[in-house]
Amino acid sequence: MASGELTSGAYIKHHLQNLTYGKFPDGHWGFANDALEAKEMGFMAFHVDTLFFSFVLGVLFLFLFTMAAKRASIEAPSGFQNFLESIIDFIDENVRGSFSGKNPMVAPLALTTFIWIVLMNTMDLVPVDWLPSLAAAMGIHFLKVVPTTDPNATFGMSIGIFLLILYYSVKEKGLGGFVGELTLHPFGKWMLPFNLFLEGVNLLAKPVSLALRLFGNMYAGEMIFILIALLPFWIQWSLSLPWAIFHILIVLLQAFIFMTLVIVYMDMAHQKEH
Amino acid sequence: MITEVQATLFVAGAILMGLGALGAAVGIGILGARFIEGAARQPELIPMLRTQMFIVMGLVDAVPMIAVGISMYILFAVAG
Repeated sequence: MASGELTSGAYIKHHLQNLTYGKFPDGHWGFANDALEAKEMGFMAFHVDTLFFSFVLGVLFLFLFTMAAKRASIEAPSGFQNFLESIIDFIDENVRGSFSGKNPMVAPLALTTFIWIVLMNTMDLVPVDWLPSLAAAMGIHFLKVVPTTDPNATFGMSIGIFLLILYYSVKEKGLGGFVGELTLHPFGKWMLPFNLFLEGVNLLAKPVSLALRLFGNMYAGEMIFILIALLPFWIQWSLSLPWAIFHILIVLLQAFIFMTLVIVYMDMAHQKEH
Repeated sequence: MITEVQATLFVAGAILMGLGALGAAVGIGILGARFIEGAARQPELIPMLRTQMFIVMGLVDAVPMIAVGISMYILFAVAG
């Protein structure tokens, strides 16, 4: 990676830095060369590696599923088709269990969030140095391969879900109904400011907790992989193997929880209470 | 050498992670105890209860995991 001595602190920091393309303080646009420059870019910066990997994995997901759908056959389904059908059955069962409204968009939304998050999280199982070394050979000096360890990615998804919650709440309950629900629950109209405060916190906690839960789990997992990578090679296997196996569970569990909460929030947005 | 600011940051990260671990441990301990109790009452429901336990564990772990994530960030990316 770098010539000369690389301290463990510097190695960790190097692996935690995104590939940032942004506006330098003097006004020109370019890739940041180190963490300090990236921080100085402030808001006008794009994490190119997050965008790239999330986009590529999204395209991969669409491509695989479209291929399977086009070549689907009822008499002699291929192994891959069976696998995808079992996934779709699983999602269908979950949506039926939690969603009581009538909206054909919810099940595809659940499928997309689940598979996309699983694909993004699974990038964490690729050994820490492989893809960054490949990128360094091509001249790219920073690369974080797991998009969900970037809070930008998880917040992007949860803000999208939040906008959907708002849209469907207003659509199903009417604007008056939605505002009424925010101001008149759980106490009557004489405690209106208090109601608004409680319900406002409740409403905002949904996207924030959704994003941070996924981010925290993935960031902690990646952090431990980086720390294990610092150990001598003859100890690494004893630690990285159990952690990687545990991490497979976490990857699937966090994607499943994200999907379940999306379905539950959509259900709450569609309910007409009184 | 470690400056005073760095030392404070280390302690902050350690407290953050410690309290998060405490909360997670107590929560999951109670959850596991209820699971075993339910499994003892109705052993034929064990697969379903186990699934539900993992789901609720993911939710109970949420805020402690956020604390761990932020604590790791403070310990390694900020305090060096």
